Amino acid sequence: MKALQLICALLALLIAPLSAPIHAQSDVPPAPYAYTQLDDAAQEAEATALMHTLRCLKCQSQSIADSDAPMAGDMRHQVRTRIAAGQSPDAIRAWLVERYGDYVSYQPEVSATTWPLFAIPALLLAVVMMVLLRRLGRKRSDDPASPIS
Amino acid sequence: MIKPLYFIPLALFAFFAGLAGFMLTQEKNQFVESQMVGKPLPEFSLRPATESRPGVSLADFQDGEPKLLNVWASWCGPCVAEAPQLERLKQSGADIVGVAIRDRPEAVAGFLAQHGNPYSRIGADDLSALQLELGSSGVPETFVIDGQGIIRHQHIGDIRAADVPMLLEKLEDAR
Repeated sequence: MKALQLICALLALLIAPLSAPIHAQSDVPPAPYAYTQLDDAAQEAEATALMHTLRCLKCQSQSIADSDAPMAGDMRHQVRTRIAAGQSPDAIRAWLVERYGDYVSYQPEVSATTWPLFAIPALLLAVVMMVLLRRLGRKRSDDPASPIS
Repeated sequence: MIKPLYFIPLALFAFFAGLAGFMLTQEKNQFVESQMVGKPLPEFSLRPATESRPGVSLADFQDGEPKLLNVWASWCGPCVAEAPQLERLKQSGADIVGVAIRDRPEAVAGFLAQHGNPYSRIGADDLSALQLELGSSGVPETFVIDGQGIIRHQHIGDIRAADVPMLLEKLEDAR
């Protein structure tokens, strides 16, 4: 009897989210170029590469290429139609960054806030090289086999 | 006796662990704010989203009167929640222009019949094109637009009762 109650409770937990959708979505069909590839293979490759580096605004840890959110579809439509119209991927990225900030782009940029990310590894590498050179240098002069000048 | 220098890695580790722990307790801002505040609306023209109201174009925002541009949809839950606040804003004299995202005319009409119609115009943004131009990342969002069509303020999420005086003030500031 206890087991049956438990199963019923688990089933209710499974079904509950279905009855009350948390994220309502549009039922309007996707944008023409949300799921349709461009005829020109080179252009489509360019568009796909760009879509993988643009962030979905609704589902913030996915690229628009990976997301099924309607808004991501609308963004893919923008990318494909703009590429087809001859815009460069960089121009399209800039168009989005102008509206949503760096946030929308997965491509790392050196800016006022991100420069330490690029500077610190270089600095650490320099420190490591210095320490290493000093130690190696010392070891050589300590080596009894080396001729003493 | 251990040299004090040897404690540096441990201290560094403790510092970073502590920092990570502290950051976990901080509330994360999930909103993607529009960078378009202070910039003009783009050239656009949207067909009417439903029969009862005209569509929307850039010229409607350049008549010298500040307006609210409400980005919403009939399929959006929080939009139901903010409907009474939009009604209050309208009664306080705000001109509210609606932009319905990815919506159907009959669904828009049904929503308005059920939750009221505070809009002077409602345009249909079928491909979220205007929404992307505005730097808006969801529904509902409300923009304060001045009489020249310049975006003056962005409110992300549904309008709560406490936001109504603030939005009226922003409208007044945009005059």
